Order: sequence, then structure tokens, then C-alpha cells
Amino acid sequence: MVAPAALRVVRCGGSTLHGARAVFSADSKYLLCASGDFVKMYSVATEETLRLMGGHADLVTGVQLNPHNHMQLYSSSLDGSIKLWDFMDGIPIKTFTVGSKLLALYALASSEDSVFVVIPKSGERDTFQLVSVKLTKAAGQDLEARELSVVLDGVDASPKCIAFGREVYSPFGGEYVASVKEVNLQVYFFKQKQLNRFSVSAVKTKSGNNRFTCIACHPTEDCIATGHADGKIRLWRNFHHKKEYTFSTLHWHHDTVMDLAFSMEGTNLLSGGVESVLVLWHNESDCERDFLPRLGSAIEYISMSSDGTLCCTLHTDNRITIINSNLRFSKSIQGLIKSTDVKTGLVVDPRTKALVLNGEPGHLQFYCLQSDQQLFSLDIVQRQYIHQAGLNQADLVKVAFSAQGKWLATVEEREEVTDPELQLKLWFYDEETQSFKLNTRINMPHEDHITDMCFRDMDELEDDSLILVTAGRDCVFKVWVMVEDTDPEAQQSVSWSCDFVGSYHNYQATNCCFSEDGSLLAVSFEETVTVWDSVTWDLKCTFCHPPGKIRNICFGRLTCSKYLIGATDYGFLCCWNLLSCALEWSAHLNILVLQPDPLSEYIAAVSWLSKESSLFVFKPNEPRPIYIQRNLCKEKIQLAAFVPRDEPEMIGSEKYLWLRRSQLFFLTDTQELMTLSTKSLEERLTPSSKQLAVEESLPVTPFSLLLGKHRRQQSQEDIDLGKLVVRNKHEQDSPAVKELLHTPAHVLPSASFLCPIFINSLLISKENKSAEEVADEVEMESEKTEDDSDEERDVTEMEQEDTSPMELLGEITCKLSKSQERELRKIRKMDYSWISAF
Amino acid sequence: MATYKPVVVQAFPKLGERITQDTVYWRGYKTPVQIKEFGAVNKIDFSPVSPYNYAVTASSRIHIYGRYSQEPIKTFSRFKDAAYCATYRDDGNLLVAGSEEGSIRLFDVSGRAPLRQFDGHTKAVHVVGFLSDKYRIFSGGDDYSSNLWDIPSATEIVSYSEHTDYVRCGCASKVNADVFVTGSYDHTVKLFDARTKGSVMTIEHGQPVESVLLFPSGGLLVSAGGRYVKVWDVLKGGQLLVSLKNHHKTVTCLCLNSSGQRLLSGSLDRHVKIYSTTSYKVVHSFNYATSILSLALSPEDETIVVGMTNGVLNVKHRKPEERKEKPQKKRQPAYRTYVKGRTYMPKQEDFCVSKPVKRVLRKYDKLLKSFQSSKALDAVLEPPIRLYTPEVTVAVMQELHRRGTLRSALAGRDEKQINLLLTFVARRVIEPRFTPVLVTVADMITDIYQPVVGQSAIVDRQFLRLQEAIGKEIDYQEELLEVLGMMDTLFATFTKKRATYLEEKKSNGLTETIETKMNN
Repeated sequence: MVAPAALRVVRCGGSTLHGARAVFSADSKYLLCASGDFVKMYSVATEETLRLMGGHADLVTGVQLNPHNHMQLYSSSLDGSIKLWDFMDGIPIKTFTVGSKLLALYALASSEDSVFVVIPKSGERDTFQLVSVKLTKAAGQDLEARELSVVLDGVDASPKCIAFGREVYSPFGGEYVASVKEVNLQVYFFKQKQLNRFSVSAVKTKSGNNRFTCIACHPTEDCIATGHADGKIRLWRNFHHKKEYTFSTLHWHHDTVMDLAFSMEGTNLLSGGVESVLVLWHNESDCERDFLPRLGSAIEYISMSSDGTLCCTLHTDNRITIINSNLRFSKSIQGLIKSTDVKTGLVVDPRTKALVLNGEPGHLQFYCLQSDQQLFSLDIVQRQYIHQAGLNQADLVKVAFSAQGKWLATVEEREEVTDPELQLKLWFYDEETQSFKLNTRINMPHEDHITDMCFRDMDELEDDSLILVTAGRDCVFKVWVMVEDTDPEAQQSVSWSCDFVGSYHNYQATNCCFSEDGSLLAVSFEETVTVWDSVTWDLKCTFCHPPGKIRNICFGRLTCSKYLIGATDYGFLCCWNLLSCALEWSAHLNILVLQPDPLSEYIAAVSWLSKESSLFVFKPNEPRPIYIQRNLCKEKIQLAAFVPRDEPEMIGSEKYLWLRRSQLFFLTDTQELMTLSTKSLEERLTPSSKQLAVEESLPVTPFSLLLGKHRRQQSQEDIDLGKLVVRNKHEQDSPAVKELLHTPAHVLPSASFLCPIFINSLLISKENKSAEEVADEVEMESEKTEDDSDEERDVTEMEQEDTSPMELLGEITCKLSKSQERELRKIRKMDYSWISAF
Repeated sequence: MATYKPVVVQAFPKLGERITQDTVYWRGYKTPVQIKEFGAVNKIDFSPVSPYNYAVTASSRIHIYGRYSQEPIKTFSRFKDAAYCATYRDDGNLLVAGSEEGSIRLFDVSGRAPLRQFDGHTKAVHVVGFLSDKYRIFSGGDDYSSNLWDIPSATEIVSYSEHTDYVRCGCASKVNADVFVTGSYDHTVKLFDARTKGSVMTIEHGQPVESVLLFPSGGLLVSAGGRYVKVWDVLKGGQLLVSLKNHHKTVTCLCLNSSGQRLLSGSLDRHVKIYSTTSYKVVHSFNYATSILSLALSPEDETIVVGMTNGVLNVKHRKPEERKEKPQKKRQPAYRTYVKGRTYMPKQEDFCVSKPVKRVLRKYDKLLKSFQSSKALDAVLEPPIRLYTPEVTVAVMQELHRRGTLRSALAGRDEKQINLLLTFVARRVIEPRFTPVLVTVADMITDIYQPVVGQSAIVDRQFLRLQEAIGKEIDYQEELLEVLGMMDTLFATFTKKRATYLEEKKSNGLTETIETKMNN
């Protein structure tokens, strides 16, 4: 029997994916990126999360492949440690403790045993320095790495603001590191130990100032590209000289350039910004560029795979987009989109049990909590979203599902100075297409903002009992019902229309809620709760006990259905008895969230008192709470939702019985999704035991494969000379031809190069048609050659009688070659001139 | 990855009459041809055989019109006084008509003189008709009797004197050759069987019966009288199925369309209403200049002929079916190339390359996609869009406003363009669906072009027109508000009164009954 563990608050829903630039594995099959305290590994082909490498105690700030072993990965974190991972097995190999916060990590091929990190300068606030850390090769898992040497001072904390140049090949100038901060660019040459500083004059224009935002170095040439906040990209050259440097400007972005990346050969430059357009600049010229527009949200980081075939962008909305080298959208990995303001609240889709909330602007995201991935995103607003700051665009504010998930009601509004643009949309779940289909759109359902919306929740009843109630700030609540087209000759269709408009003393309607059996509707008007009969729409009674506007109301469920709970902003939680129309009990609590569990009579209330949130779980029939958790978290909790579990969980302790049927999720004002878990940490982190295969050798291009195959073939032939191996024509032949045909045309060398290979492959295959034939030929030929050689030998014998050792040698060679000489001759006949080109 | 989303043009529900299949069908008639007759047209009957001539009884003449003729192709005028109810026989060869003097005459359609004359009624005969065996005639007269006549011998077979007022309408069953109904001003419709001595069934209509009609199946009977059209189930012993009250004056004539799916009724209130015979709802209605006395629909609903009290015959022909003219045959690829590869079934290892579906964007969408706001606005101010689909223009304006580029799109225009813009705004700003957007647009235009006011007469005039339009609208809204206020007070008093009345009734329920008892 396991002792009942204390309830723990667990962060869930994944962390932001854009902590640092993502890294492709050497074979471009996997993508590694920092996500909160973890490093996540995704499969590029299937978008699946393959591994979650945890171990850091704080946010991961940098991920880099070990340049000397492409199976290993360095990661740095704010907890001051650098970890070396074997990412294929998900095992931490070594941990180097540096001691101070690490803000960025860079690894260079040329520096054998050290990596570069950005750390805050000791003793000074907001000043950072780039230091190189010597990683000791001592044995043991946990090592200290205290050997720091400062490379650059006064750098920016962002990992995008430092770039290393000319890692591979440096005839002149050598390796350098470039860093930007504000309007200054500094370049430090390692060999010369020279530091050049450049700066652009700070100009403030309408679209922003021209400070630096990001930097990238050309892989082969001495060229630095910098991005600026006003949307310009500058290409710096000749920066070896302090005075005679030059730069050219590329300008397309209208807002901040968020990240830059050079292609592997350095011919192209990729840039991205707030516009969510990936721009590909050809040959660093201003006019030749390609675009990949509408990527969804602002591009935060751009990274390239080492073979140049793939590129990936990390977006602010927690998404990774993988893009082909020819600028075609390939895949996207979507996490929980954390929009700045979750206006819709946390809603649970009854059909999929997914959490539904604001996603991309104008979209509704259905987020599966179990698999931590987005199920789908429903476009509600259906308008082009313009990625531009300061624009007032329509957004989703309210969402409600009917009990079975058959109907979905959404409210979108666009804040306007004069009058808001409101739309109420009703969506019908289409079984055929398995998605929601727009049924009715109502323009301006209320004259002012809609404050609350709910369906009459009745599981067992027919469609015609379905009622939607909206409460508006225009002092009314409206009842919407489904209307069927009665004309028998018209095609059967339903639409929604207003059935009843209710108001109470010209107070703003703030909340609405149906009782469990749907017979009563409670609508709160500022300080008063009104209860209406849902059949006749008569006002039954009103409750107005304590002063203060009503924040939340809800009905009790199951055995407690005779109670109505309300929370006011003066810090009272009240429970009214609907039978006696009297106040049953009240408590002095500053309740922010009131959430009834749909499957039980428990109600969760989250209060906010003196900078900490507390959770109270109670049954309406008794004023004493069943469970109290003080100091749930430090942040304000905005929203909460009970998500029904697939199967009731086994919970030992009586105290946590309320968590048996459903799980409580809540969202803080910092957009962290949290839940309560009774399981211990070990149980939650069950290591996955997936066996991953990675090619040991470095990846090869299709053409090199083709070449390699040929070389191997030839060497094989050279090795087992004389051994006439009968090979199946197809086995031997088809791969070569296949490779030739399957290689993209633009990477193939000219036809004259390829022609001999192709013909040769045909020749060989013909030769080996059948063993007997070949054998016959060999017989015949060998006879001939024997004759020839005999004659020759005679001659040589005559000529070189005195040099017996030589002759002996020659004889040996002759004897050796007998049948193989033909092969050699054949090989000699082949045209290898094309190899010289390499 | 998202693709470009075109501008959403809001579709507004059409107010007023909804366009249904029926409205489309019944609107498909040409403008009517008006023919002046000598007197009120009391009966129109179509020949049941092609070429569907129709006999029009008016005054003392019976005119026979061809399908498209404006002039009568034949006239029977051997009546001393008014003729009534000229009706074709099923084969279209014989025509029978009653008359004011009480005699019934039978004509050959090709001849001129009557073939037979049936005398026996003492007063005017307003209704005659053939039974479906073709050899007998029924008639009803102002002498309250309904008679049955034998054609070959020109003798009376039987005479029923059951009605107690004028018999003004009748109809023979198409199913049974012995059955006919007559309707009378004594508020009844009587069903007679020639094999019996008396009426088989009497239906109480409630008003003087002006017209009766039996459905082709013989099971349903429609009677019209007063403002009512009533449908009776004959097979259930004359049970009332529906009572329709859609006219506000006496209904004078009834007619079924060729398919039997629609019932038409004409009335003195100048309307012809068309009902669906399944739901008995009015599906369409025609409006005429004067009161309608008679109505007929040709087979296949080709022609609607309506006779009026002032002697005008209104003939409407159906528009010829719009034949979709085959567009000029483009040079299409040869059959072989057309079917090439169509039947090819992909094998398992085949790699299918699907052709991407090309999305066609409207011109303004293309321009908006490339952020060319000014040009997009130009595109939607082109005449066809501006004139016929102003909602598109307004939607694009709204989209520009949403993008924050409306001001720049409106600015920098020359006199002609401002004129155009202002004309559009002044005309449409009062439409409620466009008002919110166009008010913003008008605001911006006045803001932008304020400095140039007074430089161009055309623009100034447009500004004045805009002002005038808005001023008018404001006045109108004020008036509406006044009306609303008046109605509110009325409603308030009304509800109060009703509430008090109800209360009184509740409290006085007992005393009231006592009072009524005492009165008795």
C-alpha cells in the first residue's frame, strides 16, 4: 500500500517551444529543441515527439550538437549547467556545472574542448558577457567547469545576437565572433585577437528604430548579416578594417527582423519577422527573393539542417514549421498555443474531451491533454489575419458547447471606437466530415459585449429542447432557439433565432447558468441573481443578499441540485436554497473562479488572497469545504476546468475523492496550464523505451551514394578478381540506375559525366548474363591470351635471360594475371576521366 | 499552413417575400394581354384538346379564342340575352351554354347554329356542364332546380328541386359519370347521383356558394363562397378538411392547375391566390386591376386567363422555357486525347501526383492579397460591382478599414473618383446593412477632402447630396421613434387593461354564470 501522496501542482500542456534555436540531427531525421526545462526530440518525418530529455532544473536556453560527435548534444540551462546528452538513447552523459546563469550556448568545431556561453557579468545588472568554458575530460558524470575565459564583454542576452563566423575554413582573417547590442556591432578575431567595433547611427523612424535584433555569419565568406528593428537587413563586409568596412542593405520587412539564417553554402539568406513571412534572399541581392507567406504567427527562430535540405522556423505561438529547401511548407509541430489573453475560457469539448480555448487569432484550438498536441484548429472568424501591430482585428471571445458536443456557439467581436462588431455563430458537428460546420451567423446579437453564454445542458432530451442563452452588457439576456423550416417542400434545415429577451431593472446581465435539469435559468444582473422558468420565461425569484456585483454563479448538481452558488466581488461566496428561497450559508472568500464538476456534486473555487491562490473544494449542501489547498501557486488563476477522466482513477485517500471522476486544470495569468496530480514524480516520468536508429555514418547525398556504390563495386571487383560471381542482373543493376534516375535533376552533374556510368552499368550487367556463357568466353579468350603471352614470353625469355629474378617476378605476375588480366584490361578500357573533376 | 482567405461578403437575409420554387414558377408569365369584352366575363373554359382554344362567355356572346390570338376565332351570338357558362365537352367538339332566358344550347364547335336546345328551366341558367359519359348534361338554374338532360333526345332526364335558392355553380365528377355537384346561394353544396331521386349529400358551406370544384380523384370537393374557400372530404361524408380565408372579398372562381398540386382562387378583391394542395398555404398570389369573376388555366399551365367584372379579359402566356443555348463549341481536343489515361487505374507501387486545385480569386481579393488597398478599392468601384453588388464594395471597404488602410485608399483621388465615391456613399448610406461602414467612409472622405471643398462644383454638389440624404434619414428615424413611442404607450395601456380584465374575470367567474342563468 502506497502512502497517499500529497497533491502536487503539475505544470502541463508543454512549455514554450521557442526557448532557443532548434537543431537538426546530423542526418536531418530528428529535430531537437528546447522546451521549458526539457529538450524535446521530434521526428521530422512523423512530427512525433520521440524523446523528452529532462534533467535541467530551469529553462533550457541553448541546444547544440557536439561538433565532434554528431550523436551527442550539448544543452545549457538557466540553472547554470551544461549537459551532454546521447540523444538517441536519451541518456545524460555528463553534466558540467558552470555556476552562473547560462543564457546562450554555442559550440564550435575548431575549439576542441570548450564551448561558448553567455553569462551575466558578476556584480552588474543587465550586463552580459560571452565566455568560453573549458569542458574537462575527466571521468565521472557530474563535473565542475569553472575554467572560464571572457571572450566578449557587454553582449546582449539574446542568443540571436551572437554569431560565429568561418568555422570551417579560414585562409585569411580566420575565425571570428560577431555580437550586436543596441546599435553596436563588435567583431572579435580569435587569431589576431583583434576587436573591431562598428555602429549604426541611431535613427528613430515611424516604423521603429534601427537597433540590431539579430545576426548571422556567412559560412564561407567574410560577411555578416544583421537584422534591425526597423525591418532592414544589413550585410557587412570588409570588417577586418576598422574604417574601410562596407555594408549593403536589404529591405523587405516592415517590422522587426526576428531572425536570420544563411543556407549551408551561403548562397541564400533566410529572414523572418512579425509578418510571419519567411523571406529567401538569393545571392544577397535586394531584388531576387522568394517568400513563404502566412506561416501563422511571428517567426522567432530560423535554423537550417546541416545538409541544407530542410529549414525550420519556431513561431511565437508555440509551433515548429519544417520547410523544404525549395521553400515549400512540409510539416508543422504544434504545441498548446498560448495566446496573450484567453477570452474564451477553458472549455471541454464533450466529444473529444479536448481542452478548447483561443488558439491562433480567430481560431479555436482543440488541445488534447493526454498526447500534448493540438487535435485541430477551427477557423471561426474566417478572415485574413494581418500580422501588423496596432490593428484591431476580430477575435473570439466566448465559446459554448451543447451537452453532446453537437452544437458549438461562438462569439467573436472586434473592438471599435464607436460600436463593437459582434457576431454570434452557431456550428453544427457534421458526422460525415467530422468537423464543425457553420449553421447560423447572427450579426449584432446584442448591442453591447456579450458577457456570458450557455446552452441548456440536457443529455437525454431531443434537439428541440436545445436552448442557447446569451447575456449582454446591453442589459438584456436573449434566448435563442432552433427553428425548423416548416415548409415541407423546402429542404429540411434548421436555423437559430431569438425567442425571448429578458431584462431586469436595466442592469447589465453578467452571468447565466442553467440548472442541471434545464428547468431553471439563473441570470445575474450586477448585484442581483434572477431565476427564470425556462418554459414560460417567467421571473421566479431573485436573490440579492450581500452587496457586491456577482462574479460567478452556478447551480449545484446531482444531490445538491437545489442549491445555487454565487460569488461576489466583495469577497463573499453564497449558497442559496432554491426551495426555501433563502440563503443557506455564506463564506467570506475572494473567489475568482467557481467551477462545478460535471460528473459529481463537487464544486471547486479558487480564491486569491494576499498574493497567493488557494483552492477550496466543497459540496453545496455543507458549508465546510472538503479539501483546501492553500498557496496553490503564486500567480493569479484566471480559469479552471474539470476534464472528465476516461476511467475513474483509483485514489486511496478520502481527501482526494473529488479527483476520482475528473481532473482539474487551471490556467494562470502567465498562461501556464497546471493540474493537480496525486501521483508521485517517479510515476509521472516513465521513461520511454523507444529504440531509435540513426545512421552511424554521416549522411550522403543521393549522388554520392551512387558514386560510392560504384566505387565499392569496382573495388570489390578488384579484390575478388577471377572469382566470377554470378549476380542477378536486377540486384546489381537496378539500384545504380535507380539512383541516377531518382536524383533531383538540379543536383546531377552534366550528362556527359553520367553517360559512362550508365553505359558501364549496362555493360557489366550484360557480361554477367549467365555464368556458362561467360565461362565459355573466358575459355576462348584465355586460350588466345595464352598464345599471345606465350609468344611474348618467348621474346622476353630470349631478351632477358640473365635477369632471372626479374623474370621470375614477371612470371609470377603473369601467372597471377592469367584470367584476371582480361578483367584488368577491361577496367583499363573504362573511362575514368570524369573522376578527375572531383 | 493557411492560404489566403478571401474577403467575406456578408449575405443578408432577404426581407419580405421569400423566393420559392413557386414564386419562380408563377412569375414565369409574360406581361398580360388585355382583351375587351362586351360585358362581365362570367366563364372561361379551355378546350381539353390541342390547340387549347378557350371559350369566353360574356354578355350575350361566346367568343372562342385561339392560343395566341387577340381576336376571337369564332363567335356564338345566338342569344337574346346574356349567355352563361359556355363549357367544352371532354373531346373538345361540343360546347354547351346556359342563358338568361332559361334555355340551354348545345353547339358544335365548328358549326354556328345550336345543335340542340334544352328548354325546361323557368329562369336563367347560370351553370351547365357535361357529365363524364359525354351524353348527358347537368344544369342549374335560378328556379332553384338542378336538371339532368339527355343530349341525343334533348329531353330532361331528371329534375332535382332541392336547393332553396339560386343554383349558381356546379361540377361533374370525372370518376363517376352519374355524379355531379351543384352549389347554391342557399349556402349548401349538394351532391347528386343521377341514379337516385334525391341528393346524396349536402354540405353546408355557410355562405352563398359561388364556385365548386371536384378534385380529379373525386375524393375532395372545394367550395367557394363569401370570403371562404373550403375543402371537404367527400369520401368521409362531407367532412371539412380546411377552411381558407385568404381573400377579403367574395371568392368567385376556383381552378386547379394541370398537375392538381395547386389550387387557384379568384376573388372580387382583385387577387388570385395560389394554394398548395398539400399544405393549403398560399404559395403565390397575383394582383389584377379589377374584381375577378372567372379564371381558367390552360393544360400545362401555359396560359392563365382571368375575366373581370368590367369585361376585360386578361391573358397571360408562359414565357418560353429558357433554352440554354449551347455556347459556341470550342475546339476541344480529340476524343482520343481526352480519354487518354482516364481509365488508368493506379497500381500499388505507383506514385500518384495530384494536380493542385487552383483557387480563383476575385480581382479585389488578388489586390488585397498583395496589399494594394487603393487598387482594391478601385476594383470594387467598377460599375458592375458598385451597381449590382454593393455589398461587395462595402465588404471590401470594411476589410480595408479593418486593415487600417481605408484612409490611405480613399485619399489622393481626383474629382471624378471622388464624385463616384460620394455618389455611392450618398445612395447607400441609408441602407441599414451598409450604414455602419459607410458612415465611417463618409467621415473619412469629408476629413480628407475638407481642404478642397469649394474647388469643384461637382464634388460640392455631391457633398450637399450626401448631407441631404443623411438629413432625410435622420428625420425619418425621428418619425419612427415617435411612432414607436406612441405604440409603446398603447401597448402599455393595453396590457394593463387586459391584466385587470383577466383578474376581474377570475374573481367574478361565479357571479357571471349566475347572471347568465338569470338572463335565460
